[in-house]
Amino acid sequence: MNIQDIRVCVLRIEGTNCEEEAYNAFKLLGADPEKVHLKQLTGDCPPSMRRDLDDYQILMFPGGFSAGDYVRAGAIFAARIKSRLAPDVENFVSSGRPVLGICNGFQILVELGLLPSFDEILSEEPQAALYTNDSGRFECRPTYLKHENHGKCVFTSQLPRGEVVLFPSAHAEGNLRFPTDREMEIVRRLEENDQIVFRYVDADGNYAGYPWCPSGTVANIGGICNPEGNVLGLMPHPERVMFRYQHPDWTRDQDPNAPGDGRVIFSSALEYVSRRY
Amino acid sequence: MVKADIRIELKHGVADPEGENTRKALELLGFKGIKSVKTVKLFEVEMDAEPEEAKEAAEEMCRRLLANPVIQTFRVDLK
Repeated sequence: MNIQDIRVCVLRIEGTNCEEEAYNAFKLLGADPEKVHLKQLTGDCPPSMRRDLDDYQILMFPGGFSAGDYVRAGAIFAARIKSRLAPDVENFVSSGRPVLGICNGFQILVELGLLPSFDEILSEEPQAALYTNDSGRFECRPTYLKHENHGKCVFTSQLPRGEVVLFPSAHAEGNLRFPTDREMEIVRRLEENDQIVFRYVDADGNYAGYPWCPSGTVANIGGICNPEGNVLGLMPHPERVMFRYQHPDWTRDQDPNAPGDGRVIFSSALEYVSRRY
Repeated sequence: MVKADIRIELKHGVADPEGENTRKALELLGFKGIKSVKTVKLFEVEMDAEPEEAKEAAEEMCRRLLANPVIQTFRVDLK
């Protein structure tokens, strides 16, 4: 499949606010993205605006404050999908097509039960929570992430393992938690399944606490994928660093228009789809 | 009409940064002897239903949206 034919569904509801950057990231790399409102998939719209999830090759949940972050971040978006589109989303994921959730999108994937997705594609109840940062505050700054995946995740296939990238974080609820009595057991399971994709590190690439890790998240985890590797959720924003000039140290680089650290996430997924379909 | 008070609490052992920061702020305001501050969320849902149905519906609301069982518990009281 040619990259320009790859259709990307950038899904939004009221309060989503990073759909423009998400759209631009895929557009920049030559794909065919579209900003789609959830009601266009559920059919609560004029017939001409109706869309079918099955017509897309990539599904993307952008960042923002969907439904005002009311109840819990991502919970309302997730509940609305689950009540109307659960079979469509399950089919999409089981067919191997990539699903990406960034920031609020990661919160949606967790609330929806698509991540960590240990025993079934879409768990009936959430198996994790993205909970309030330890600091109790909205944390907004560039963060360093070490790529830890051994090759399963389709969004990082072009990023060597162990490489440190800089993606900006901007969230108040990025603290990944599992049931407290089984937390380390679940982290081990994630490691065994090769589901850990990014961990927060300091500038030297060592695991470090606050402020390097903005949330206090378990085992410094910033991003995980499902056991099959085609669903990725991460708190920091790769779509905000598509060019070097978007990095804080851009004046020290030769070419401000050179690719930024985030580009690899989108290009890996597009390469995967173009090879597979 | 029935009113359901749906109380969402953090599970035992889950940190409560909002409660902890509020405790610190209250101490800075000069309040003494505070042992702990916990945050809970309360939804008041009014329904046209029989009490039994209302309770069942409220519990279903918790399972489908209002509570995340990984970190939260819920309790429904009818009024």
